[in-house]
Amino acid sequence: MTSSVNPAQLPKPRRAKLQPLRALMGLALLGYVLFLAFPLVWLLATAFKPTGEIFTTGEFLPRVPTVENFGEAVRDLGVIGSAWNTFIVSFTSAILTLAIAMPISYTLARRSGGFNRAIMIWILVSQTFPLILIIVPLFLILARVGLVNSHAGLVIVYIVWSLPFVLWMLQGYIKSIPVELEEAATVDGATQLQVIRFVLLPLIVPGLVATGLYAFINAWNEFFFALVLLKSPELMTIQVNLSRLRGLEGLARWGPLAAGSVLATLPTLVLFAFMQRRLVSGLLTGGVKS
Amino acid sequence: MTRRSRYAGPGHVPLWLFLPTLIPVIALSVVPLVQGLWMGFTDYTLGATQTRFIWFENFARMLRDSQFWASFGVGAIWTLSVTAGVVIFGMGLALLLNARLPLQGLARVLVLIPWAIPPIIKGVIWRLVYHPQAGFLNNWLLAIGVLAQPIDWLNSFTWALPAVVLVGIWTGLPQATVVLLAGLQSIPDELFEAAKLDGASPWALFRFVTLPLLMPVILATVALEFMWQFNSFGLVYTLTEGGPAGTTRLPMLFAYEEAFRFGNLAYASALGTAMVIVVGVIVLYTVRGQIRGEKP
Repeated sequence: MTSSVNPAQLPKPRRAKLQPLRALMGLALLGYVLFLAFPLVWLLATAFKPTGEIFTTGEFLPRVPTVENFGEAVRDLGVIGSAWNTFIVSFTSAILTLAIAMPISYTLARRSGGFNRAIMIWILVSQTFPLILIIVPLFLILARVGLVNSHAGLVIVYIVWSLPFVLWMLQGYIKSIPVELEEAATVDGATQLQVIRFVLLPLIVPGLVATGLYAFINAWNEFFFALVLLKSPELMTIQVNLSRLRGLEGLARWGPLAAGSVLATLPTLVLFAFMQRRLVSGLLTGGVKS
Repeated sequence: MTRRSRYAGPGHVPLWLFLPTLIPVIALSVVPLVQGLWMGFTDYTLGATQTRFIWFENFARMLRDSQFWASFGVGAIWTLSVTAGVVIFGMGLALLLNARLPLQGLARVLVLIPWAIPPIIKGVIWRLVYHPQAGFLNNWLLAIGVLAQPIDWLNSFTWALPAVVLVGIWTGLPQATVVLLAGLQSIPDELFEAAKLDGASPWALFRFVTLPLLMPVILATVALEFMWQFNSFGLVYTLTEGGPAGTTRLPMLFAYEEAFRFGNLAYASALGTAMVIVVGVIVLYTVRGQIRGEKP
């Protein structure tokens, strides 16, 4: 509509009048970007400062950049070990969550009825209740089957914990694929499973990737369950590992802590940059439109 | 219709497919939830050999407990300020990102940064920013002459809660902005053009076109933020651990301390139930109109 208007014909004076307003808006946007992005940049700069410099100079850029902090984070804080733990737990739980969510989300998207309503209510309720309410009984249940203080127990908890939102996203993706495609395949003699395997699955691969990454990031960032369920230091996730450094010990170790934090943020930041468009559209197809 | 007679209908999946899912889901989410609710009515403590059902005693104790009132008060201030901040500033940011300004694509990616950072690392970053000696905030405020002395923001009775709220807004802003921006983009351009032809000012456009059409999205964002913020834990735990002297002790931190520091598991569960009631009542009240409006 606007494209059919020749820009040269636009009333000039009005544009000129709006210029200062647009400059102000640009400034406001710059302010937002600085507020939202700068703390991470500050962390990055700190990670490369020698310990002495962190507390004395107060300058933004390190005078003598060093990677010693990263070395110390890896050697003394065991960042690599705990990051590997977190990766294993997050990856396994993301894959299993997807496998479990697929059949359910398919029915959610294609059918309506009591079963669906029950699951939708459960998805909503699961967003409402505080974790403190389930953590103690959950701990006792896991203790009874010997899964406390193990990665398997944590994986199971993460699956249950991510499932509601994963279902919500996946059913949104499936809904966006026209039913007519499935019907056409059936008319051609395909069975239900063939329809799912050869028609639906290829079409929702992007959605599956985005949802899987969501579940992965969710587990990677999780803190509360890992804090309560894991006791052995060698099982610890990276979030729990880095949260231990506080008080006097933390004060002396700002450099390594900052370096460890950079390492712990890298995977999510990279995944996020890679998938932000898709994740955003996934949240919306699941959330706003349905 | 006859064409479809052989077709059982989309989504006609045999129910056994759900069994592997439903069993762990029920075992690990519904059962603990029910048990947790039940536990709030018992006198269960860590290591207790037997428990009694004590009806509403935990809740009566709560009403007498000044720490409970203090922590729910802190929770209310935190939740209301963070929710308001996130929605209002998120609205502003969404409008700016929708205004066809230069470098908009880059800005749209950069403003998402806090979303991608793990909560614990957010805590680390902001402890660094607020640090009395090494912190960027003190250095900056001293340099421009606002402060004469550095402030230990997170250990100050006056500043700890506002400082924590600012981090809460920083954390929640990206997600709210994305949702609001999508809402903005779904408003048909024709409406704006028609209003402009009628001579509407930019403010009138916002007030009478954008705002009413965006209301469902705004309400949904408010309701979600409210639930998440009231139940939030990791961020404040790493920033202050509820200190100094409980000035930032959110309900969830209070319940966590009761459960895992003092072993009062039943009391902690009752606190959790109280949180569900508070959130449930307020959120239902907020979205009630919307739910009613959506029903055909």
